[in-house]
Amino acid sequence: MEIRVNPTRMELNRLKKRLTMAQRGHKLLKDKRDELIRQFIILVRKNKDLREHIEKELTGAFAKFLLARAVMPAENLEEALMYPTKTVSLEISKQNIMSVYAPKFNWVEEEGGRGEGSSIYPYGFVDTSAELDISIETLSEILPQLMELAEIEKAVQLLAEEIEKTRRRVNALEYILIPKLEETIRYITMKLEESERGALTRLMKIKDVVRAKM
Amino acid sequence: MSTYKIAVIGDKDSILGFKTIGVDTFPVTSSESALNTLKQLVSENYGVIFVTEELARNMEDVINELHRRYLPAVVLIPNSKGALGMGIQQIKDNVEKAIGADILFRKEG
Repeated sequence: MEIRVNPTRMELNRLKKRLTMAQRGHKLLKDKRDELIRQFIILVRKNKDLREHIEKELTGAFAKFLLARAVMPAENLEEALMYPTKTVSLEISKQNIMSVYAPKFNWVEEEGGRGEGSSIYPYGFVDTSAELDISIETLSEILPQLMELAEIEKAVQLLAEEIEKTRRRVNALEYILIPKLEETIRYITMKLEESERGALTRLMKIKDVVRAKM
Repeated sequence: MSTYKIAVIGDKDSILGFKTIGVDTFPVTSSESALNTLKQLVSENYGVIFVTEELARNMEDVINELHRRYLPAVVLIPNSKGALGMGIQQIKDNVEKAIGADILFRKEG
């Protein structure tokens, strides 16, 4: 399993340096992973609650809308909704979560030229049904939450990706690179000791031979 | 800072209401046209795209690919027939991917 190297003292020093570096990197990455996971859990909890809430609200709004569609002629409905009172545009800034960049959404509502305080309903109340009003009210109330959901969900997805990557690196260091380096260092030390012993016995042997000749 | 737009893709019955709150709506009927619309919107400057779960079911791989990108954010929403649980499932998948075990929903399942 060890790395193929020449068992020299220089190689040993080099490997020792690499080992300390790997261990330091491992520790840092482990800390990063732990903090990422902590952040992730906070976000994902929020994500879950928000999504459950929004799904309930939206389904309700859609059901009401469906009712409105059922009681109103299709042309009337489309006509009523043809010109929205406002448009939404989005400004995106970056937020940094543990050097994972996630978009942060700031939406700006622009009134459609009907002045301040115009209602959210783009139609008169004469030939529209009450269900439509409720549906649209819910929708416009839910929009901020929807944007928040989009933001959090994106952050969660990006974080999950990053955590997976970091975890792979941590594991690669912990279970492959560091053991390999340790193994190789052991191999070199043993090889060096062996040759040292070899040199020693050779010396003793020579000494004996020389002494016997005298 | 540049400005982006918000879009909704879904069946007409579900998403027409979004138009009143100033979101661009793209009613589609088939999943092929949904996919084409989505691809087109991605190439334009849309920051957030809401897609109904019913349509998203047939293009999960494209959406998953988009999840890895910085922008746009694709968010699944239920349609008028109710939620299919795909949005929640995605959160679960994320948790499993990041932590390796489902710690969030364990109590319920």
